[in-house]
Amino acid sequence: MTALAVTTVDLSRWQFAVTIIYHFLFVPVTIGMGLFVAGLQTAWHFSGQERYRRLTIFFGKIFLINVALGVVTGIVQEFQFGMNWATYSRYVGDVFGAPLAIEGLVAFFLESVFIGLWIFGAGRLSPRMHLATIWVVAIGSILSAYVILAANSWMQHPVGYRVNPATGRAEMTSLLAIMTQGNLLEAFAHVISAAIVTAGALVLAVSAYHLLRKNEVELFGHAAHIALVVLLIGAISVVTWGHFQGQLVAREQPMKMAAAEAVYETEKPAGLSLFAIGPLEKYPSKNTLNITVPHLLSFLTDWHWDSRVEGINELQTMSAARYGPGNYKPIVAVNYWSFRLMIGIGFLFIGWASLGLWLARKRRLERSSRFLRWSIPLLVFPFLANTFGWLLREMGRQPWVVEGLLRTSDAFSHAVSVQAVAFTLGGFVLVYTLLAAIEVGLVVYVVKGGPAPPAAESEQPKLIELGY
Amino acid sequence: MILADTFVSLQGFWFVVLGVLWGGYFVLEGFDFGVGMLMRLIGRDDAERKAVIGTIEPVWDGNEVWLIVAAGATFAAFPSWYATLFSGYYIVFFLILIGLIFRGVAIEYRAKRREPRWRSTCEIAIVLGSALPAFLWGIVFANVIHGVPLDSGGEFSGGLLDLFGGYAILGGLASLLLFAFHGAAFLTLRTTGEVRRRAKAFAIRLVVPAAALVLAIFVWSAADSGDIDGKWIAAASLAALAAVLLTLSLGLVFRARDGVAFAAIALAICSTVASFFVALYPSVLVSSTSPAFSLTVFSTSSSHYTLAVMTIVALIFMPIVLVYQGWTYWVFRARLRGDSIPGGGVSGEAADRPRS
Repeated sequence: MTALAVTTVDLSRWQFAVTIIYHFLFVPVTIGMGLFVAGLQTAWHFSGQERYRRLTIFFGKIFLINVALGVVTGIVQEFQFGMNWATYSRYVGDVFGAPLAIEGLVAFFLESVFIGLWIFGAGRLSPRMHLATIWVVAIGSILSAYVILAANSWMQHPVGYRVNPATGRAEMTSLLAIMTQGNLLEAFAHVISAAIVTAGALVLAVSAYHLLRKNEVELFGHAAHIALVVLLIGAISVVTWGHFQGQLVAREQPMKMAAAEAVYETEKPAGLSLFAIGPLEKYPSKNTLNITVPHLLSFLTDWHWDSRVEGINELQTMSAARYGPGNYKPIVAVNYWSFRLMIGIGFLFIGWASLGLWLARKRRLERSSRFLRWSIPLLVFPFLANTFGWLLREMGRQPWVVEGLLRTSDAFSHAVSVQAVAFTLGGFVLVYTLLAAIEVGLVVYVVKGGPAPPAAESEQPKLIELGY
Repeated sequence: MILADTFVSLQGFWFVVLGVLWGGYFVLEGFDFGVGMLMRLIGRDDAERKAVIGTIEPVWDGNEVWLIVAAGATFAAFPSWYATLFSGYYIVFFLILIGLIFRGVAIEYRAKRREPRWRSTCEIAIVLGSALPAFLWGIVFANVIHGVPLDSGGEFSGGLLDLFGGYAILGGLASLLLFAFHGAAFLTLRTTGEVRRRAKAFAIRLVVPAAALVLAIFVWSAADSGDIDGKWIAAASLAALAAVLLTLSLGLVFRARDGVAFAAIALAICSTVASFFVALYPSVLVSSTSPAFSLTVFSTSSSHYTLAVMTIVALIFMPIVLVYQGWTYWVFRARLRGDSIPGGGVSGEAADRPRS
């Protein structure tokens, strides 16, 4: 065993994990709420109903508070590849840099320029043009998700490249292959669905808060109803795409899936684990307890009841034969529990949204205080599920930073000392904690303040005014 | 051999593209750094500060995307340049990020609450969050051309103090004051009434020190570089152009030709960046350890395919971006004044049309 010294790699990984998880708290809100607010403004534009105008402004403000943090924490991620992962950047920049540049050029410009127009342009643009700006913002954020997932999917399943024998670096051979691979398409559908769930849960929680206090019951009853529909569609979609993604990952990254299912020994047929615990080691080689449903994992993997599912130990042997001696197992406990909790939350929201819609159908939603009360703390769950999903995707790929190509332990910046990373990690944690407190405080302040009173009939013109 | 020739031209083309992107970034975020730095000095009460920050609120976020694209394009086109620069100047980039984080959040959050303490805290974050990156970008680019220790593997081999030499500090101060001056000129152009009068006074006060520092860095750079060849003359001419434009801008500010003065400073920043990139070529990071260890366009670039495909993407999307981003400046062209009726976003506008 090597000494228990903390290395640049360890701290750089912690820093990347902390900053990306934090960043991804805001991203789904931006994507989901962007669509939601665009939908509300569209409803106002075509129906002229005052309630849609008020909801657009009220939820628009909450949306914008989140966007601000999403934007500033995003730059950190872009800089970090070079700052902390210089070897990675040199080795795969030829392939990986392009999507990053494209993301800025194609998506961020749209999002950032048009959000300024949306916030401040109501009095200067025609109503139709102003409506178009929020849709451009929403589309820009969705495009950015697509492009950055293309980069991430390449790390999971590298395509469209070759390794230059002269330099040992990865070089792009097909941008099209990188931008259209299955791993990307399924991850994209899954992530956008997750963003929709997040927005649905957020609107539901905010509406529940006001309904419990009998504030604007008609307005928030309507908002809660819309949120439940959105939530149900999003949750069914996220679970469905999660399933197909799982099947793809089982083919493309069998070790990740084996770890997520805690399958140590190759099984044919394989049962689905409901509850497993292993020895208290970082990289155990067996379960101590495993409760399974026979055949079910085989079926879920490729729709055949008796198919073979490769186990961690066999995959470890195969990888060692192919790449040389070493550990090729991810940390099973993290992957296994992240996977299960994420899935559990997905199904929970299908149930919760169905229950809410049933109550709404019975015209009891506004008065169902127990349902409403529970809808508020439930808001934590989409954020947890989003985080678990990324933990699985990223930690399931370890020890690789690019599957089969480059190890995380080789990818770090040689020029950066462990003290420097300790300093910046501490700095980011401090700053991000402070900002989280301010952000949550501000959201609560805006939520409690409630929507602005309806405009008087005589007041003309009515605008979506968000600037002040 | 035709293939090899197009590869070399693509490498050169992307070096130019990066010059354009970094130059665009310094022009656009340069003045909004300046507005941020000066906001509490030029705006004396809440209404005035609202007007001051209102000049950049709709556009700052789009301006900052120039940085994201510049950094992303550096990564895509010259991965080893990006890797060595960002890991070598680690703490400097960290501090830039912290500045940008506080600034961006504060600009967006300032108007969200009315308490004076909330507003003043946000404003201080805007001031510091603007001044810090404005200074540090000068440090970064001064070091790129002046040279820092780089070893034979193209890795930074110095310490933090190697990044804060005299030349770098001078570069940092020059960018700080130049951006402050540009911000004051922008405010003169975009406001009216008392705020405009004060912005103009600041512009007049800032022009001499800003121009002096920029000139000093030119002289130091000229003395630094050895042979007087075609490249030296081209870089020196661009630097001279920048100096002339800065001098001209003083007269233009005095004579209330706000739009022309602003444009002259923007052009001065462009020619400074152009002079920098001309002088740097074909290096991208100079090694003070040995000239042989300097990173160049050729040693750091991506493959032929990547550069070609990125060229197509850039040629399609850059013009589109320029059109719609330019259009936003047109939409928000009306001057703002500091004594507006509170309540409406539109009401901050002055009745008079811009005279640019």
